[in-house]
Amino acid sequence: MTESTNSQRAAPPGENGAAPVNTPEGPVLEAPLTPPNPPNEKKVVRVGDRIFRTMATASGAFVVALIAAIGLFLLIRAIPALHANEANFLLSGRWETGDPEHLAFGIVDLAWITVASSVFALVLAMPVAAGIALFLTQYAPRVLARPFAYVVDLLAAVPSVIYGLWGALVLAPVLKPVAVWLNTNLGWIPIFGDGNVPADSGSNVFTAGIVLAVMILPIITGVAREVFARTPSAQIEGALALGATKWEVVRTTVWPFGRSGFVGGSMLGLGRALGETVALTVILSYTYEGPHYSIFDAGATFASRIALGSAEFNDNLTVGAYIAAGLVLFVSTFAVNALARWIESSSGRGKE
Amino acid sequence: MAKRLDIENLNLYYNKFHAVQDVSLQVHARSVTAFIGPSGCGKSTVLRSLNRMHEVVPGSRVEGRVLLDGENIYAPGVDPVQVRRTIGMVFQKANPFPTMSIRDNVVAGLKLAGEKNKRKLDEITERSLRGANLWEEVKDRLNKPGGGLSGGQQQRLCIARAIAVQPDVLLMDEPCSALDPISTLAIEDLIAELKKDYTIVIVTHNMQQAARVSDQTAFFNVAGVGQPGKLVEIGETGKIFSNPSQKATEDYISGRFG
Ligand SMILES: Nc1ncnc2c1ncn2[C@@H]1O[C@H](COP(=O)(O)OP(=O)(O)OP(=O)(O)O)[C@@H](O)[C@H]1O
Ligand SMILES: [Mg+2]
Repeated sequence: MTESTNSQRAAPPGENGAAPVNTPEGPVLEAPLTPPNPPNEKKVVRVGDRIFRTMATASGAFVVALIAAIGLFLLIRAIPALHANEANFLLSGRWETGDPEHLAFGIVDLAWITVASSVFALVLAMPVAAGIALFLTQYAPRVLARPFAYVVDLLAAVPSVIYGLWGALVLAPVLKPVAVWLNTNLGWIPIFGDGNVPADSGSNVFTAGIVLAVMILPIITGVAREVFARTPSAQIEGALALGATKWEVVRTTVWPFGRSGFVGGSMLGLGRALGETVALTVILSYTYEGPHYSIFDAGATFASRIALGSAEFNDNLTVGAYIAAGLVLFVSTFAVNALARWIESSSGRGKE
Repeated sequence: MAKRLDIENLNLYYNKFHAVQDVSLQVHARSVTAFIGPSGCGKSTVLRSLNRMHEVVPGSRVEGRVLLDGENIYAPGVDPVQVRRTIGMVFQKANPFPTMSIRDNVVAGLKLAGEKNKRKLDEITERSLRGANLWEEVKDRLNKPGGGLSGGQQQRLCIARAIAVQPDVLLMDEPCSALDPISTLAIEDLIAELKKDYTIVIVTHNMQQAARVSDQTAFFNVAGVGQPGKLVEIGETGKIFSNPSQKATEDYISGRFG
């Protein structure tokens, strides 16, 4: 077979070089066996491939370079301020950046408020999102699923400043009794203990987390809906044929299949929550007292601290302090995304 | 254990499409019944209606009766989930639960039915895998995921999963069509074994296979696109293949044999 192919291919050397490669008898795989062909033949055939690959590589490299450039910019601007810092950047809760001669700033308090509100949001949003996605993909009749999914997606279209106003003006008063109840009855659990503002103030991590949960709900639901809907129907039918109820089908096939994607989507939501700025700037009240590590704390997140500080952006060192905080946020969002990838790939391995 | 099936005036629909018209036939306990016929004639549709899997398709509809030892599985108040626990099914494409271990795959149906006793589950795992001629190949890796087996092994795993619950009837939709000749023979031998304990209905495109494994053969045909499929004739396998009473059956069979 190989020989006949070779002789056929060697026969018309004068012909347009591209043609023989595509004859059915001459699979591309055998190209190395045919030295008589002009070496530029392959190039002629693959010009389109090449252009495409170059463009794809270039755009990929561009994105990577852009991210690296942003990181580098943050680092370069942050270093002088970190040198001038009179407090421990990682361990201090102070934020005194008004006087460029005596900078003292640390990220502990920012990190606490950021992480507490985001994680609280995630804890609330994950089960709800999983529930909505399972309902939409497995239970809801099609006529209902479409509009409902659309409504959930609409949540993502609401500007975050509106969420902020809604949280501060509408939700906070409604939540007051709940917050007070939790604080009085479950206050012995540290996380529900007294915060650095009264539990009934409403402008605390508790309110912020709930608003954030609503904001990240469409992200997580959207991803979860996609992965749950992609459960192979052969598996679903296999479970049904064994006498599984709807819920058991979900448990034995849909959930194991979509779990890693769901976690990945949740991490995307976490990344979004960590970086959310405007809504939290509106909701969280400002306080000089350090956090008590309770969800009834108030204060600033990385992002809202930076937003609030924009009035101070007139001195390079002061700006550097804010940029250092921004750098931490940038790195953590990155880490969260990497974690999401890792979770996805390591749980995906079990499926083989 | 092994029960008979009586199908009476079965009509099956997908939305407005009348897919299968007026099928009546009997399936005897502890026997193998083969469904043959050209593509699209409704073999799978009929088969899936026998354990109420047809109604899983949105918009589908069933008319007629299917009696399992005299009890109509479509009677009002009968729970389809319960029906599927007593009438097992093996699909054309092996579909083990890929993340579950081999052991968990085998006992998945039992666990759904609420069996928790570990010793009993282990016993049934071994018995079912032996029954499916798979035990020797997998006994050392029962905790490995079921997705890691070869296609033929996966299909036998699915058979083990189906017989683990000791169903009254076992339905198989072209169980060998994705397998090599060796695995196919292994499964055909297995069917001959299983026949002692189970009532089996098998859909196949392979005439020789139908002739080899089945006791009776039902030939389905469809007049054309958009027409409903019908049962042309059913009879003892030897007779259908040597001396069918309908010309269509003869044409189909001889056409295939050349
Ligand atoms: N889910 C479905 N929705 C709508 N129509 C369907 C569906 N499944 C099957 N049909 C139609 O019902 C008819 C019978 O299909 P069925 O799958 O039962 O045929 P079959 O005899 O099993 O064919 P094959 O030998 O190719 O598997 C066909 O016309 C098919 O197009
Ligand atoms: Mg079919």
